Amino acid sequence: MGKPSDLVQGTLDLLILKTLSLEPLHGWAIAKRIQQVSGEVLQVQQGSLYPALHRLEQQGWIRAKWAESETGRQAKFYALTAAGRKQMEAESANWSRLSAAINLIVSEA
Amino acid sequence: MRWFDRMRMRARLLQRGRAAAELERELQSHLHDEIDANRAAGMSAEQARIAALRSVGNLALIRDQTHATWSWGSAEAWVRDLRLGMRTLLRAPGFTIIAVLIMGLGIGANVALFTVVRSVLLKPLPFPDSDRLVTLYENETGHRGNPYMPVDAGSFFEWQKAATGVEQMAMVSPFQNYNVSAEGGKLPERIDAGWVSWNFFSTLGVQPALGRGFSASDDRPEASATVILDHRFWKRRYSADPAIVGKTIWLDVQPYTVIGVMPENFQYNGGFGGKTVMAWTPIAHDAPRGLLGAFNDHETIVIARLRKGVSLQALVSQLDPIQKQIKKEHPGPSIHDLVSGHSMLDDEVDHYKTPLYALLAATGCVLLIACMNVSGLLVARASARRKEMAIRAAMGGGRLRLLRERIVESVLISLGGGTVGAMLAAAALLWLRTMRQDINRLENIRFDGVVVLFTLGAVAVCALFSGLLTALSVDDRNLLSVLQEASRSASGGRNRAALRKTLLVVEVCLTVVLLAGAGLLVKSYQRMRTADLGIPVDNTLTMKISLPEASYKKQAQVVAFFELLIARVRSMPGVQAAGLISKVPGQGWGGDRTGSVTEHPPQDGRGYTDMHMRGADPGYFSAAQIPLFEGRVFRPDERLDRGNVAVISRLAAQRAFPGEDPLGKHIQFSDKERYEVVGVVGDTRWNLSQPPYPTMYIPIYGNDYSVATIFVRSPQAESLALPIQQMIAGLDRDLPVADVITLRDTIGKSTIDSQFDSVLVLGFAVIALVLSAAGLYGVLSYLVTQRTGEIGIRMALGAPRTYVLRSMLIDGLRPALFGLILGLGTSLAAGRLIASMLYETKPYDSGILAAVSALLLLVAAGSCLIPAWRASRLSPMSALRIE
Repeated sequence: MGKPSDLVQGTLDLLILKTLSLEPLHGWAIAKRIQQVSGEVLQVQQGSLYPALHRLEQQGWIRAKWAESETGRQAKFYALTAAGRKQMEAESANWSRLSAAINLIVSEA
Repeated sequence: MRWFDRMRMRARLLQRGRAAAELERELQSHLHDEIDANRAAGMSAEQARIAALRSVGNLALIRDQTHATWSWGSAEAWVRDLRLGMRTLLRAPGFTIIAVLIMGLGIGANVALFTVVRSVLLKPLPFPDSDRLVTLYENETGHRGNPYMPVDAGSFFEWQKAATGVEQMAMVSPFQNYNVSAEGGKLPERIDAGWVSWNFFSTLGVQPALGRGFSASDDRPEASATVILDHRFWKRRYSADPAIVGKTIWLDVQPYTVIGVMPENFQYNGGFGGKTVMAWTPIAHDAPRGLLGAFNDHETIVIARLRKGVSLQALVSQLDPIQKQIKKEHPGPSIHDLVSGHSMLDDEVDHYKTPLYALLAATGCVLLIACMNVSGLLVARASARRKEMAIRAAMGGGRLRLLRERIVESVLISLGGGTVGAMLAAAALLWLRTMRQDINRLENIRFDGVVVLFTLGAVAVCALFSGLLTALSVDDRNLLSVLQEASRSASGGRNRAALRKTLLVVEVCLTVVLLAGAGLLVKSYQRMRTADLGIPVDNTLTMKISLPEASYKKQAQVVAFFELLIARVRSMPGVQAAGLISKVPGQGWGGDRTGSVTEHPPQDGRGYTDMHMRGADPGYFSAAQIPLFEGRVFRPDERLDRGNVAVISRLAAQRAFPGEDPLGKHIQFSDKERYEVVGVVGDTRWNLSQPPYPTMYIPIYGNDYSVATIFVRSPQAESLALPIQQMIAGLDRDLPVADVITLRDTIGKSTIDSQFDSVLVLGFAVIALVLSAAGLYGVLSYLVTQRTGEIGIRMALGAPRTYVLRSMLIDGLRPALFGLILGLGTSLAAGRLIASMLYETKPYDSGILAAVSALLLLVAAGSCLIPAWRASRLSPMSALRIE
């Protein structure tokens, strides 16, 4: 059984980092934020989200802290670290380049 | 910062439980957020919960996948698999014990044999730069048999002058003896000794532990007598006296000054012995005058230390022309014309190479069979657990995870097997060291790092081999079909057995090879046991005496002593007959000479016959019961000056006198040495495993004999050993008696390696047979269980029981038959490899192959019969209901 790959491979990390660059959020809120901002196009599966969050935390790009959420429940809030910010900038530059290139080809016809 | 985060994270995550609980909490909070959101969107509580669960998906899987991102995730998974494997194995202790024992047997046999091979064949000799040490021999054009024949001292000196590629070249004559006189309350004894050129020890690169080595001035005929003692002898006879250097000991009733004692670990042990040498003396001083200049007296072995970068071949090809020149200058039947040589290590262990490698191959086969059997067992278990596996796969268990579990199981079994095997190997080596003291260098056997590595390697290979075999046979890609099939199958799972059948074919094939090899070796051993020495071996006793020249200066003195001695022996109660002989049949080469027939016209180079020379007294032939075919044996008055008569063996008569009557004719070795043939007697063997050799007997009373073996025939032979020795001590208290042994024991000694090899290989073959039988039984039982439903249907439709029995039998016997055919082919090839170990047995022995085939088919049929019979006894109704 493979992991769900509704998102373009490798872009989930970038989406998470970008989302967290505005403010620290907990897992559910990250998924919802991505969904809203993308105009309901991007659906983040939990099966991908949590492994990704833990992996980013492992790499030191995000940091987790338990805090009370807006619903009054204890939730794990993730925040971007300095290294994460750098990583995000590098990845988004990369993404812009890539998507522009793809666009060029796709809109050609 | 990043580094700090990571450390912090790791520190935190080290507490697994807490981390897992935290993740659980995180996921739960996510779920609740989702439910809340759904409620806010207007769903009922129940609907909200179900929708949230659906959107979250497989919580367990998310948990697992998140776990896996933690850095120690994989290690943790291994630990879990290990625990799981341990638990599964412990749940079926019978299976586990059997599997571990099978594996242990295979690994143990291999480790033991590898240790022997390594210590005996591979480890360098205990001399500095021992890879540059070589042993040189002579050979002859057209000579068949051992190409490494001892060298004459004359050739040695020529070689020494000409060889440029060597640092040093020395000679040694390790088959000498001395009588050590009784002194200080110690009994006289006869010791093995070696004559060496003075540079022998420096060529080897060893120094005496006490005193000094020989110098060139010691190695002269006119030098004063010096001796260097072996460490064992010094310790035993002189109680390790540190002041021994400079003292005098008496060898052959001559004073010798001890100048040194060799170190404890020193041992020279060439192809012609040396292991038992207790004292070393300089050759030029101790050898008879004339030996050093002779080209026809092959008494020495040459050793050399090559210069760096010089090969043995280069040295041999440098010496070869010199030897050819010697042959040209001294044409004669016993002058050799070729130089041969091999590394000193090969010189020591060449003899054991084939048997040891053959045994190693046999143990390799056993290990392979053991692996296949264990994986067979694992596959059977895996098949029994297919449903469980399918369910686990359906619930998201990764294929790799499930595969890893299989491998972990076989790793655990192999590890257990390795432990058992190491213990078995240690025990086997202990046993081997006491059993086979005749094998050179066996006493050096050690369990060292390399052996441990080998054991671990064997464990790893077994684990991987059986694990992969198992994993390959568990195919869980078609989960659905497995789940469905398992619910109700008519003829399911048949292809599952295909791999096991293939394994069986290989297993049976290896078993056949082992059985055939064992059959050949056993037959060869039996041939050897029953080989006819030429004389009856029971009720005999032999013992050797050697009269020192110093106290028996004249031949007449020697003869008088011999005559008195044998008369005394004959008069002892219980002695039926006794005689004197220079070398008893079965006890060794004993010297040969090449003679010609005086009456024949001289032919250049041909017309010579090589014969063993034996000195015998008139009573020997009747005591040994050698049949007399023609003429007569010696008369008592044919002694000393009148001792120029000969009795020849039938083979010698055929060789030297083809188609003529030898009686009255003469055999001569030189113009002075001419013997009249007075009788022809039966042939005897000098070595049980060798064909009889032409033999010539001359009177031992005279003819320069001073060494004799007393041959006694008596119903209570063994009990006579002590009285005879006491009687000899009464005649000469300085005369030691050596090699007291019965002929029966002589034969036992010379057949020990044949016995050993055949018993071991037979043992391995039996193990292989049992394992294969178990394998056959296992596969067929499994097939029967798998096909219960099918059999039920067939029988319900009217298939007779005999049909079921037959079809099941054929199913089981087919792999056995394939294996048998393959095995027979392989045995033919393998037989050639062990041909040198066989005695009067052809490597292709149709009788043995037929017997092996019959035995194998019988065992195979036996092990298939039970499951097949069980299948035919099935009641159709219960068979159909069984699932």
